[in-house]
Amino acid sequence: MSTNPPGQARRTPAPPKGTVGIGQPEPVASPVFRENAKKQLQNTLMRRNMKHATTTIRNKRLLRVAEVPNWDEVRAQGAGLKDRVARHLDYYLAMAEENLIKAGAQVHWAKDAQEANQIIVSLVKAKGVDEVVKIKSMATQEIEMNEALEAAGIAAWETDLAELIVQLGHDRPSHILVPAIHRNREEVREIFNREMGRYGTPPPKNMPNDPPVLAGAARVHLREKFLRAKVGISGGNMIIADTGTMVIVESEGNGRMCLTLPETLISVVGVEKIIPSFDDLEVFMKLLPRSSTAERMNPYTSMWSGVTPGDGPQEVHVVLVDNGRTKVLDDPEGRFVLRCIRCSACMNKCPVFERVGGHAYGSVYPGPIGIALTPLMRGIDSPIDKSLPFACTLCCACDDVCPVKIPLSDIIVHNRNRVADKKRHDIHPHLETTVMIPADWAFKKAKHFELVQKAVSIASGIAFKNKDYLGPMPWPASPWTRARDIPAPPVESFRSWWAKNRGGAK
Amino acid sequence: MALFATCINDLMFPSTPKAVVILLERLGCVVEFPMEQTCCGQMFTNTGYFNDGLDCVKTYVKAFEPYEYIVGPSGSCVGAIRHQSVMLAEKAGNAKLATKAAKCVEHSYDLTEFLVDVLGLTDVGAFFPHKVTYHPTCHSVRIAKVGDRPYQLLRGVRGLELVDLPDSDTCCGFGGTFSIKNPEVSAAMAADKARNVVSTGAEYVVTGDNACLMNIGGVLHRNNTGVKPIHLAEILAHQEGDAL
Repeated sequence: MSTNPPGQARRTPAPPKGTVGIGQPEPVASPVFRENAKKQLQNTLMRRNMKHATTTIRNKRLLRVAEVPNWDEVRAQGAGLKDRVARHLDYYLAMAEENLIKAGAQVHWAKDAQEANQIIVSLVKAKGVDEVVKIKSMATQEIEMNEALEAAGIAAWETDLAELIVQLGHDRPSHILVPAIHRNREEVREIFNREMGRYGTPPPKNMPNDPPVLAGAARVHLREKFLRAKVGISGGNMIIADTGTMVIVESEGNGRMCLTLPETLISVVGVEKIIPSFDDLEVFMKLLPRSSTAERMNPYTSMWSGVTPGDGPQEVHVVLVDNGRTKVLDDPEGRFVLRCIRCSACMNKCPVFERVGGHAYGSVYPGPIGIALTPLMRGIDSPIDKSLPFACTLCCACDDVCPVKIPLSDIIVHNRNRVADKKRHDIHPHLETTVMIPADWAFKKAKHFELVQKAVSIASGIAFKNKDYLGPMPWPASPWTRARDIPAPPVESFRSWWAKNRGGAK
Repeated sequence: MALFATCINDLMFPSTPKAVVILLERLGCVVEFPMEQTCCGQMFTNTGYFNDGLDCVKTYVKAFEPYEYIVGPSGSCVGAIRHQSVMLAEKAGNAKLATKAAKCVEHSYDLTEFLVDVLGLTDVGAFFPHKVTYHPTCHSVRIAKVGDRPYQLLRGVRGLELVDLPDSDTCCGFGGTFSIKNPEVSAAMAADKARNVVSTGAEYVVTGDNACLMNIGGVLHRNNTGVKPIHLAEILAHQEGDAL
């Protein structure tokens, strides 16, 4: 756990070193997925917390989805709407801008993370304040907005309970919907006791690790910040193009506070979040809560169209962020990831994610959507981004739960193809690409395959005689045999049995 | 009809395609084994090597084009042909191969689909007096989509006691080259699967895919659990009086 570096005055708790954002200028310093995962697998408490949380939420999701008789039809509608917006993005963006402005909002365009952060910092500075309250938002995580504000001397206070736990814990979110999923109540108590008092109202003395009491401490701590803040920052679940309406879907009500109390509201939204019309909202309000928190309906849905005199923020800004999205749109196989409504059903279902947690992925987007999306948005240049497409067994469980039918496993294979092609075109040779040459030869023609079989059969007859199974072996067999035995190859292949016993027939 | 043995069975698990031959001949089929066949190509495709995967599609089409029924004892390999062969040909701009591959896809069946849908059987006359648990492999369920056919066939086996596997729909952690590229995560998943298998008290763990079975069985053997892995085809081929 890192703390604030000595001698450096910070307004908010320092997160761990490095970056997990998208489009940040410095190269991603994270080790490859395998190394991260190895470390995380040994984190007993995280393993237990993750198993409990993901099992609970995916079982509950099954019940909620089963209540909708035409679930598959609704999924197809959601996918269709998102595809339509992606196909005509220029048209719908122009429509959204026009109607947002008509309603009294100010629209800003950001091509990447830096531009978005510059816009946000200057908007906050123009209000003459040094702090903002914010709603949980993946777009602001993606551009690492909190750190950009911190660098400009502005404190961004997270107000979502789990984001508050993460922020006070000098930590990073490990899940796009449940950012503190890797923490349990005892850890939360410890973090609140240690950190809350440094950044505002402290928790009560002798606080038990009782969830309502912990939530109560957060409520008191945050209340002061809500009432003081002049600027609120949010993301956005949807922008309705034909009315210029913003939509936020949340559970705790902290979002409603951020959206209504401050005088100025800045919403940072990816350009793919547009839906064509108000009528289309019902499709996503059916898909999102059931897929994300496994609820029939989330507790708080806020919608606002620009400015209403005397009611809520009197200055409303919308920052539309590209940050690699149009690059993804340009990829015919990958573009379907832009359907994503950030529900997290895929990661709750993913057996790899359940075991390694979100921090292993070195990206704000972990799990199946993360390994599909991150290498498309961030590219495949860094070691971590090259390793991400392979952090998957291709079990395809994510494909079945995605509410907008993103072909996640196909896109993951597509990303693997991009990595393999890149390796093939590298100047220095890779072991894998070298191994693929004789492997391809062996399977290209049955005659070649027979030769390989004969060699295996001779070797097996000598080396593995009278053995059913083989135990631990040196590299290259070690990755397999460290954990499990392997059957000894048989002396007779099926092919040669066939030739002897059914020979002649073809 | 043609037997698609699959490369892993041909080389590592010949008892499975042998069992398919014995079973199908017993049911009155004339089984042929086109010697030109090698592999479905998914090892290449799913590692990102589409050109090498394409070579396997060409070989598959050449070997199986003339057949009305192409039957393989693997949801994963049949699934790969179904889901990826046309994509590979199209991506390579080979329209002629794509058309031929699409025709082969129509005629390709997992063993359980061929038995239940084409032959219309759920009782294939098998006898296997043991307690078994079935792991529905990911690709058999989610790509080949064999549904509950394997369960129907197992319920038709005389003497067999079928027990439910907890968390049966969770991947065993094999994942092809995943088991080599991320061996630690793979081992963690395989350990959980093996623990669930042992918890059932079954003597055998059954699947329709030997690759997954090699992973689960490898952990069961390493830990001396005494639970044996067996392919579904070998149970269905087994009759009273047969040795194991």
